[in-house]
Amino acid sequence: MNPYLLEINDICKKYPGVIANNNVSFNIREGKIHALLGENGAGKSTLVKILFGLVTSDSGNILLNRQEIKFKNPSEAKATGVGMVFQHFSLFESLTVSENLILGLEENISFKKLKERAIEISKKYDLTLDLDSPINNLSAGEKQSVEIVRALLQEPKILIMDEPTSVLTPNESDKLFAILKKLTNEGKTILYITHKLDEVIKNCDEVTIMRNGEVITTCSAEAETKETLAVKMLGYKVKSLVTDYKSIKNNILFQVKNLSKEYNDPFLTDIKNISFSLKEGEIFGIAGVAGNGQKELMELLTGENIDNIRGEVLFDNTNITNLPTKFRRELAIGFVPEDRLGHSAVPELSLSENILLSQFAGNKFSKMGILNFEEIETYTKNVISNFNVKTPNELISAKNLSGGNLQKFVIGREISSNPKLLIVYQPTWGVDTGAESFIRESLIKLSKEGTSLLIISQDLDELIEITHSVSVISNGKLSEPLDTKNLNIEKLGIMMGGEID
Amino acid sequence: MIKLVPRGSSSQSMFILAPIFAIFLTLLTGSIIFFLMGYNPSNALKIFFISPISNAYGLSELLVKATPLALIAMGLSFCFKNNIYNIGAEGQLTMGAIFGGGVGIYFYDVSSILILPGMIIAGALGGALWAMIPAFLKTKFNTNEILTSLMLAYIALLILDYLVVGPWRDPDGFNFPKTRPFGESGRMPILFQGLRIHFGLIITLILIAFSWFIYSKTIFGFQLKVSGFSPKAARFAGFNKNFLIFSAFAISGAFAGLAGVGEVSGPIGLIYRDISPNYGFTAIIVCFLGRLHPLGIIFASLVIALTYLGAEDAQLFLQIPAAVGFVFQGLVLFFLLGSDLLVNFKLRLKN
Repeated sequence: MNPYLLEINDICKKYPGVIANNNVSFNIREGKIHALLGENGAGKSTLVKILFGLVTSDSGNILLNRQEIKFKNPSEAKATGVGMVFQHFSLFESLTVSENLILGLEENISFKKLKERAIEISKKYDLTLDLDSPINNLSAGEKQSVEIVRALLQEPKILIMDEPTSVLTPNESDKLFAILKKLTNEGKTILYITHKLDEVIKNCDEVTIMRNGEVITTCSAEAETKETLAVKMLGYKVKSLVTDYKSIKNNILFQVKNLSKEYNDPFLTDIKNISFSLKEGEIFGIAGVAGNGQKELMELLTGENIDNIRGEVLFDNTNITNLPTKFRRELAIGFVPEDRLGHSAVPELSLSENILLSQFAGNKFSKMGILNFEEIETYTKNVISNFNVKTPNELISAKNLSGGNLQKFVIGREISSNPKLLIVYQPTWGVDTGAESFIRESLIKLSKEGTSLLIISQDLDELIEITHSVSVISNGKLSEPLDTKNLNIEKLGIMMGGEID
Repeated sequence: MIKLVPRGSSSQSMFILAPIFAIFLTLLTGSIIFFLMGYNPSNALKIFFISPISNAYGLSELLVKATPLALIAMGLSFCFKNNIYNIGAEGQLTMGAIFGGGVGIYFYDVSSILILPGMIIAGALGGALWAMIPAFLKTKFNTNEILTSLMLAYIALLILDYLVVGPWRDPDGFNFPKTRPFGESGRMPILFQGLRIHFGLIITLILIAFSWFIYSKTIFGFQLKVSGFSPKAARFAGFNKNFLIFSAFAISGAFAGLAGVGEVSGPIGLIYRDISPNYGFTAIIVCFLGRLHPLGIIFASLVIALTYLGAEDAQLFLQIPAAVGFVFQGLVLFFLLGSDLLVNFKLRLKN
C-alpha cells in the first residue's frame, strides 16, 4: 500500500443558507487515481476550491506529505505542489501554445528553456503538443493537453482534474485515461472529479463519494459496480410523491418528436433525437447532471434559438417547431428559464416593468403600443400578494430581491397568465427552503387546474416530489420516461451516470 | 494611495454629477492649456465661454448651433439605449441635406407653401435610408455597425462633394463648389427678425418631447430599454431584435437627416461642401454628456454649442486657432468617461 499523499481532515465550509462541506475527511494515496464522485451540489467543487486556494475553509485541516497546508491563493497552491486542470479551459485563444504556457508560469524562464521542458514533458507522458500553433486551431482534447502540460510544468505532486471528459469525445477520453495512467506510473497522484460512474469503475483506483456536503464513503473502485455506486451517490430518496395522478387527462397536449440540433461548439451539447409527450394536467420531469443538454433543449422549447432545428414540436395539434417565442406565448405557453438575473428578469428594471417581459395573449398592458400603467400596477400587485413575494413595493428594482423572492415573482408572473403549458428550468435553483416548498406547491396546484408542466431540473428530490413521470437527459439524448411512483433509484442513477439506453 | 472600490450598486447621484465633474475638469484643464500658451486663463475663459453669449445675437447663435446637436443626439439615443453604436450621424445628416436640399434646388424658382414640408420629409427620409444600410448589414451579416456607419459617413460626404462640383453646381456660381440658392419657399422661417434662429428649433423641441413620450409611455420604448439592458431577456420576452435594430437606426437617421435639412434650409440656404462643422460626430458627445435623457441632451447641446462659439471668438480676439473648440469637446468626452467610473466605483484612501 502506498502512503497517503494528501490527508483531508474535518473540512467545513458554510455559505449563507447552505453547508457546502460538512466535516469532510478522506485520504489520497500517492501514485493513484482517486475519484471524487457526486451529484451537482454535493460539495465537490467547494472542496476542490479549498484544495487549490480559491476558497478558505471554516475549519479542519489538510496535510500534504504530512505537512499542514493552507493556501491563500492558487499561486501558493501551485508553488507547494497542487496542480489543477479546470473543466473550462483558461487559455488565450489567439496566443500560441508556448505563449500560453509561459503566461501560466510563476517563474521567469526563457522561451527556449520553456520549450525544452515542455517537449520533455510531452514526450514523457505521450501528450501531443504543437508549441507554435495558436490555441484556436486546436481541438478540445489538444487544448486539454496544453492545460495538463501547463500544470505539469510546475511539477505538482497532486493534479486535480475537474470533470475533464465533459468536453471530450469518447476517443479523446480514452486517450486522456492513458495519459493519466502514465502519470501515476511516474509517481504523480491524481484527484479525479466526476459524476460518471463507468469512468470511476474503469479508470480509478479509489473513490470518495460525496452527497449533500458530506462524505458517504471512501472505497476501492474495484469492489464497486455501477449499481452500488449509483445508490451511494444518490442515496435512497425518501421524499414521497406529493402530487397525485388524478389530474392527468387522456389527451396529449404537447409532443416533441425526434428533436435534434447540432452546435459544433465544445461548450454546448448537441441535442440528439429527443422525443417525449405530455398529457393535459401532467407534470413531466427531465432529470440529469448539469451540462448534458438541458440549456440547449430549453432554448429549443422556448423558441429562443431555433435555427437549423430538426424534428417536430406539436402543441395542441399545431406544429410550433419554428414558431418564435412571442407566438408561443400567445398560444398560452409559459416559460421560466434558469437565470433570474438577465434572462427571466432584467435586474435593473422595476418589478412592474419586469411584468411586461411576459406578454401573454389577451393582456391589457398596452393599447395601441401605449402602456397602461394602472393595469400593469394592479397585475404586479396581484402577483406580489398571490405569490408571497416579499418586497416593499412594485417599484423596487428586481436586483434588490432575494433569489427566492425573485423566483416566486417570475413563476408567479407566468402562472398568473393562465398558461396551458408551463416549461420550467430549475424551478428552485438557489432559493431558500421556504420559497422552495411554496414554488413546488404552486406548480402542483397549477397541474390540478389542468395545466401541463415540463420541469427540467438537476434536483432529483424535487422531481420525485412533484412529477408524474421522469426521463433522464444525458449527453443530449433523452431516456424513456419512468413512472415516478415506482421509481428505481439504481436505474435512474446509472442513467444519470451516462447510460440511458 | 487611492484605491477604487466597487460600490455594489451604481450611484444615482453620481450618474447626474459625473457630467458636471467632467465640465468642471474641462474648464480646469482648459485654463492650464491657456496659461501654458501664454494667455491669462481667466480672460481667455471669459472670451471663450462668457462673451459669446452676452448679447441677444450670441444667444441666438448658441441656439442655432445647439439645435442640430440636440436633434441628432436625441436620435442617437435611440441607438445607444439599445446598445447599437451608430457613429455615422454625420453621414445621415449629409444625406438628409442632399435629399431635402435636392427638393429645394429642384423647385428653386417655384413659390409654394408645400416646398419646405417636402424638403423636411425628403431630408428625414434620406437620413433614415442612409442609416438603414448599417442596420441591414448588421441584421443580415452581423457586421459591426461602428465600422459600417462610420465608413458610410465618408461615402455620404464624397457624394455631396461630387454633387456640388458636378451635376448640382450653380450655373451662375463662378465655378464655386456650391449649388444655386433655394427659393424663399425653401427656407426655414426665421423666429426673430434680425437673428438667425429658425423654425428648426421648434421641430427639435417637438421631436425631443416626442422621444420622451416614446421612452416613458410606449411598449416600443420599453423594448429598446430591455434589449439594451439584457439582450437575453429581450429574446426571452420575444421582442423582435431585427425590428428594434432597424427602427433605432431609422429614427436616429431621420433625426440626423432633419438636422441636415435644418442647416441647409436654415442659416445656409444652399448646399456646399462644409454644411456641418462635424455636428454628427460632436452629437455623440452631446448624447453621452446628456445621459441619453431628453433634458440632459438639451443641457449638453447648449454646453457643446458654446465650445463652437467660443472657438470662433478665441480665434478672433486671441488669435488662437479655432480647432481649440475640438480640443474642449475632446476634453469633455475624456473627462466624462473618466468620471463615469465613479458611478460604479468609489475612491478610498489606502495606506
